Amino acid sequence: MADLRINLAGIKSPNPFWLASAPPTNSGYQVQRAFEAGWGGAVWKTLGDPILNVSSRFAAVSFNGQRVAGFNNIELITDRPLDVNLKEIYETKKRFPNHAIIASLMVEPNQEKWHEIVKRVEDVGVDGLELNFGCPHGMAERGMGAASGQVPSLVERQTFWVKEVAKTPVIVKLTPNITDITATAEAACNGGADAISMINTINSLMGVDLDSWNTIPHVAGKGAHGGYCGPAVKPIALNMVAECARHPHINVPISGIGGISNWQDAVEFMLMGATGVQVCTAAMHHGFRIVEDMIEGLSNYLDSKGIASVSEIIGKSVPRYSDWGNLDLNYNIVAKINTDVCINCNKCHIACEDTSHQCIDMLTDVNGNDYLKVREEDCVGCNLCSIVCPVDGAIDMVEAARELAPLTWNERQSALSVAVECKADVTK
Amino acid sequence: MTNEKIQRISLSNLEQNFLEVEPGLTTREAVEESNRCLYCYDAPCIKACPTGIDIPTFIKKIASGNLLGSAKTIMSSNPVGASCARVCPTEELCEGACVLNHSTKPIMIGNLQRYATDWAIKNEQTLFQPGESNGKTVAVIGGGPAGLAAARELARLGYDVTIFEAAEKAGGLNTYGIVSFRLPQKISYWEVEQVEKLNVKIRTSTVVGKDISVEQITENFDNIILAVGMAHVPNLGVEGENLDGVYDAIEFVKATKSGKLSNDLVGKRVVVIGAGNTAIDGATCSVRLGAENVKILYRRTEEEMTAYDFEYEFAKQDGVEFRWLTAPKRIIGDERGRVTGIECIKMKLGEPEKDGRRWPVAIEGSEHVIPVDAIVKAIGQTRHLELIESFGLNHAGGVVKVDQGTLQTSNPKIFACGDVVFGKGLGDAMVVTAAQQGKDVAYAIHKQYSVVGTAN
Repeated sequence: MADLRINLAGIKSPNPFWLASAPPTNSGYQVQRAFEAGWGGAVWKTLGDPILNVSSRFAAVSFNGQRVAGFNNIELITDRPLDVNLKEIYETKKRFPNHAIIASLMVEPNQEKWHEIVKRVEDVGVDGLELNFGCPHGMAERGMGAASGQVPSLVERQTFWVKEVAKTPVIVKLTPNITDITATAEAACNGGADAISMINTINSLMGVDLDSWNTIPHVAGKGAHGGYCGPAVKPIALNMVAECARHPHINVPISGIGGISNWQDAVEFMLMGATGVQVCTAAMHHGFRIVEDMIEGLSNYLDSKGIASVSEIIGKSVPRYSDWGNLDLNYNIVAKINTDVCINCNKCHIACEDTSHQCIDMLTDVNGNDYLKVREEDCVGCNLCSIVCPVDGAIDMVEAARELAPLTWNERQSALSVAVECKADVTK
Repeated sequence: MTNEKIQRISLSNLEQNFLEVEPGLTTREAVEESNRCLYCYDAPCIKACPTGIDIPTFIKKIASGNLLGSAKTIMSSNPVGASCARVCPTEELCEGACVLNHSTKPIMIGNLQRYATDWAIKNEQTLFQPGESNGKTVAVIGGGPAGLAAARELARLGYDVTIFEAAEKAGGLNTYGIVSFRLPQKISYWEVEQVEKLNVKIRTSTVVGKDISVEQITENFDNIILAVGMAHVPNLGVEGENLDGVYDAIEFVKATKSGKLSNDLVGKRVVVIGAGNTAIDGATCSVRLGAENVKILYRRTEEEMTAYDFEYEFAKQDGVEFRWLTAPKRIIGDERGRVTGIECIKMKLGEPEKDGRRWPVAIEGSEHVIPVDAIVKAIGQTRHLELIESFGLNHAGGVVKVDQGTLQTSNPKIFACGDVVFGKGLGDAMVVTAAQQGKDVAYAIHKQYSVVGTAN
């Protein structure tokens, strides 16, 4: 069995699966249950004040009958007093000394306030701190959470204040509700962050009730945006992790968050630069027990690849992620339909015919059997047919004979500018 | 399993035994199943449906929550689509053609169709409007699936349609011929009501040739559609056929759908003769009427039986016994004229007949008597010869001849559809086929006038 232990900026845990700061980590009872189930770490539900108990809190979107494709909350930080939380953190850490407990913190942008809370939580023995600069609602109106996280200078300054007193590693949790997350990630690094985590939730309105015309959810007939998470946000989160991982000035470990539902998602985040992952929605949907498959699946995957330690995969795909300008303009793939596997639903045909390049023909062979065929000369290799195909292995995207040598946009532009400078006739 | 099923039969509350067996899909089941549909382009299920229902479209509408639209999509192609959702041999039609047979498992098209039409029934929806009147009158003789389908389409095209129905209620086979636990009567009544709402007049309890003359009809209507279906079960041609306790399967099933159920068969032994779908109905109805033992006698084997596989399975689960290669020779009665037994003879299969099925030959000396209290005959149906001849139509043994292009009978004013044109060896006489034939006849009549209208 592969070694699943991770060390994220000095925070050690028996596996890369942490519970994110969220409802699942609201109490000692819950976190201890989670550790018993196998979770490697837990970021305690954000500590701070004031303590407000509100309702209603959650909503989710179904997609084609599947529950919880996306999830949202309008709840606030912890709904329990700081003293109670600190006592339970202490007890939990004592019972599970080898598991990681990270305290998520959120206070007003005030140096003293930050100093005070950091000292109090470190006194009970947390393994690290996570600064919540991401919560998109409720706290933001009071200058906290995303209101801080959207301003790089505030991120840098508050991180700096924390680092002035912190003895444990400091993770800065970033909001995705910003045009370029690398700006705030870089600010966190400049403030001295030991690590960054992302993404926090995305501003969202889950829906409108068709009968009452109320928002979903609503609070006594009024709604406000919440924070979106769950499987639907994974591609957004993965890109943000990857953008930070490949950024030359962001050189701290990343804790990946956003729609991670199973070990495969975790592998993807780690390949794209995350040292570990945090999970919330999947646990809220299915309970803590899902971690058993996450651990086993990850371990089996690593064993099957002959990889001894999970830390070996961290960032391995980052060099393959770049700007569009570095992609080969002359790369050529085409669709190939395997008629022996194809079940003739014709979805590829109609998708291509109506919305792409009209290159899949519906034909009948000499025996009267229907079949589909790609006119390769007209295929642009868009992948749409293979995306809509409901049968695995019925459509392959295969590399076609290359007509031209590899050339990226950037190479093409620089060649052109050289040519312009030389006033040479590039058409010759 | 057999015992479980039998235990569910109540001897004190027979009505309960005739409640619909299959529960409908729950909303959640319908949502999950409809989302599983691939929404194929040029889908094979549509081609496999004799009425050409746009199946992917109606399923998509279930998924999106547009149940009114879904029911309309179904019923516009099939005027008896709610009944067909329950009685179609879907595994041989739409579900058999589903492309998912080749990858996972086919979509439950029948159940989804039932879900959408049940919604329309429960919510008392009126799905269609009559067309603008064109002043043409059409008489439809027979208010079964074919007649209703023809009337519905003609009414939508603006024709003034009158249905003449011999029974107390319209709906034909769907109302009286299909067992209640497969198809409750209220489903058929709703379909009839949908047709009536298009201003189609339905004159029930009206036998053409008796309550109204053939001449009155031919003189008073621009066109006539003969959709009378088939008649009663023919005689076995054996001694004792008129004894008390010998039933015609069609009448037998009809009795379970008309008024109070009889207690006469409780604890009795029943023999059903024949092995088609009607025989199965006779047998399973007998079980539900409280019969202690029900046997199906068939002169050929399991291989040749014409009942659908799912019907056969259903009967077996009901505890019905099958006696293959057994033919009736004589029905035995007591001094009061009541059936007490049936003398049978064992058969063996000989050479194949024209229809490919092997001809049964009696084994001399194999006679034996089965003691019974009731016998249900289900060996086919006779034709309405007298009526066909009183209209002066060409026919072959009661099967009315029609021009395959125009669907006209030998009298160009008279069209025919449904079982009355359904000859032997043409496969299954299905409700869904009759519905399509009804539609086709309606379009054929309309085409006649449209051609005239555009000729100048």
